[in-house]
Amino acid sequence: MKLAAIAIAAAPLLCAGADEGEWRMPAGDYAATRYSALADITAANVRQLKEAWSFTTGVQAGHEAAPLVAGGLIYVVTPYPNYVYALDMAGRVRWKFDPKATASAQGVACCDVVNRGAFYDAGRLFFNTLDGQAIALDAKSGRELWRTKLANIALGETVTMAPLVVKGKVLVGNSGGELGVRGWLVALDAKSGKQLWKAYSTGPDKDVLIGPAFKPFYSSDRGADLGVKSWPPQAWQIGGGTVWGWISYDAQRKLIYYGTGNPGPWNPEQRPGDNKWTAGLFARDPDTGQARWFYQFSPHDLHDYDGINENVLVDLSLDGKPRRVLLRPERNGYVYVLDRASGEVLSATPYVHITTSTGVDLKSGRPQYNPQTEPKAGRAIRDVCPASPGAKDWQPSAYSPRTGLLYIPHQNLCQDEETYQVSYIAGTPYVGADVVMKPGPGGHRGEFSAWDPIAAKKRWSVAENFPVWSGALVTAGDIVFYGTMDGYFKALDAKSGEVLWSYRASSGIIGQPITYRGTDGKQYVAVLSGVGGWAGAIVSNELDPRDGTAALGFANAMKDLPKYTVKGGMLHVFALP
Amino acid sequence: MSLRCLSVALLFYSNFVLSTELRVCAEPDNLPFSRADRSGFENRIAELLATELGAHLVYAWRPQRRGFVRKTLGAGVCDAWMGVPADYERVLTTRPYYRSTYVFVYGKRPLRSFDDPGLRALRIGVQLPGNDMAATPPGHALAARGAIDNVVGFPIYGEQPAAQRIVLAIAKGSLDAGIVWGPAVGYFARRASLSVASAAELPFEFAIAVGVRRDARELRDALDAALARRKPDVERILDEYAVPR
Repeated sequence: MKLAAIAIAAAPLLCAGADEGEWRMPAGDYAATRYSALADITAANVRQLKEAWSFTTGVQAGHEAAPLVAGGLIYVVTPYPNYVYALDMAGRVRWKFDPKATASAQGVACCDVVNRGAFYDAGRLFFNTLDGQAIALDAKSGRELWRTKLANIALGETVTMAPLVVKGKVLVGNSGGELGVRGWLVALDAKSGKQLWKAYSTGPDKDVLIGPAFKPFYSSDRGADLGVKSWPPQAWQIGGGTVWGWISYDAQRKLIYYGTGNPGPWNPEQRPGDNKWTAGLFARDPDTGQARWFYQFSPHDLHDYDGINENVLVDLSLDGKPRRVLLRPERNGYVYVLDRASGEVLSATPYVHITTSTGVDLKSGRPQYNPQTEPKAGRAIRDVCPASPGAKDWQPSAYSPRTGLLYIPHQNLCQDEETYQVSYIAGTPYVGADVVMKPGPGGHRGEFSAWDPIAAKKRWSVAENFPVWSGALVTAGDIVFYGTMDGYFKALDAKSGEVLWSYRASSGIIGQPITYRGTDGKQYVAVLSGVGGWAGAIVSNELDPRDGTAALGFANAMKDLPKYTVKGGMLHVFALP
Repeated sequence: MSLRCLSVALLFYSNFVLSTELRVCAEPDNLPFSRADRSGFENRIAELLATELGAHLVYAWRPQRRGFVRKTLGAGVCDAWMGVPADYERVLTTRPYYRSTYVFVYGKRPLRSFDDPGLRALRIGVQLPGNDMAATPPGHALAARGAIDNVVGFPIYGEQPAAQRIVLAIAKGSLDAGIVWGPAVGYFARRASLSVASAAELPFEFAIAVGVRRDARELRDALDAALARRKPDVERILDEYAVPR
């Protein structure tokens, strides 16, 4: 008895001075691993996990955010109207902040009015609003320190991403690629909110912040002003490449990594060329914004494969050599392993059924497109796999250095682009592609896979009825957590994939699970429920299930979701008894 | 007709018409269709219909953006949207009250056909509807003919209607021509003294109707009757706003 008590008392001391017990950014760390060293919850006791408390956010739209924990408070940012709550360790509201975001931003956002979380740094909380403002709050009091208007909703721009704060800079990008928006990432001074640099994703090198330090690995990315020349004249001005996903930071190399969205808003035939620098990955110097390298996952994207997914920075031993790599489970269906210093693709292996390409050529770095699934006006194409939301959309994976596995929440969806239907916007009728999504091989719509990046193999996977639209979390207790759209929050053995525990929430889960050590020394696990997002809009927006083309064709694949879940946001916090 | 029948008929009439408001959703700033000062042609036709139904016209001003059917008719904010495509499946529609086409708009250099030998060299503006992979019919037709390098897209989202921006660009010489939805551009083209030529062939033609909720058959029938009775007035308004037909 005495020995056990000493061990428990010692545990928090080991991490004193570190922020190990806190969760200050959505990904947990700059490397975007979503790995926690907390190990109190294990396969031996996880079955006893109970809900300690819950908190209703009062917001009905899709809750994609990660809660944050810092300085003894828990922070939650909701979808539009983008309320921020600070809760104490028992779930009581310490303060609430209403940014009063413009209501008309809701009609601009493509895929529900989501927000992917805030960022805690040095006593301040940073977050973005749907109508395109970056805001800094005093984390203790909720007092506003500054706000900077970044996006123009009149032009179709919104902001849904979580900011990343690094070296005193707040990094924020825009959403709205399909509306003729030109993508960008800005750096704001964390103290004042003043803009320090802005890097566009299309246009001349000076706008993209491409200079002498830019050394891409592949020759197709070399040359002056490719952000202009790889487009028809002027098309780059409205070319998309928005920045609405995740940013990682390698503190040793002092580089940030982030992806760019799909090219838009043209039909592909009207924008011949690689459409640089869309659907790819930038490495930049966060101090100046200058690009170091770029790699394009989907040159001349044909299927809405945004390249904005998370970049997980890990060190692996490949062919007996230690390599500093970047793992990217990409929307186009491949898990990429890239050398994060050079941008070289070391491997690119399918993790879902793919019909849109036949592989990635490692010499040129280019995917080999399948002409059979190329969209052409007036031609029906069937079995486009993965569907437009990709093998995986924004929902972030987690990596455990203990198991060496990347835990990927993802879809198993294909689509038919059959006939053309009459669409209509702002007084103007036009023809739209009639996109109908459907389950991929096996009949299930989602999957949770454990991927071995060294062997380039799936070690195990769990089939899910609906797309797994939540983030993943993995701990040193070798437990991996994720949520399902029908409302289950699950704990699995990280080694075997065995489901050890689950909890049913009233609304589906598309949020990002986190874990933290409470001020009482106990390990807690937290997640937001509240179905919605592009996949769940059928519930959160009450779309008509008879209209299969609603939500850009996603509604067809999700017709039965309203039978499983209802909308409404709630924070759930779990602990062992 | 017996007295009893007559009273039932009157009751029926008053339920849908006499005692109600006609609540119309409209964009507050989308000339020539609608504007908050009621100066658009759809505003004028809506007034006509309300008068004909003996109903008081009430507006819910909403931008016609993504999800507008769900957020307006679907949310019970209004009863009707003027000017939706007749086969637009998200709403129940009246019989079409006009049929129009995408048109060529030009200044000094005429452009009246996709077979024009100068097509690829001309600087041509088109509207961009703003939906991944979607284009207007002229957008598809230009791409199919290899007219790419000099085609300029005008997103529907912007400070002024896309058709107005295209007309301004032609007037000041930064574009040679536009291929634009006729009802959107006729009004601006006439004011800028530009020429308009119809691209009257499928798939450039669309029939336009009034949209109501899918279950609002009685209102739809009442609007159909009103449209039929006021056809000459509707035509006059469409002429006034240079809607090509």
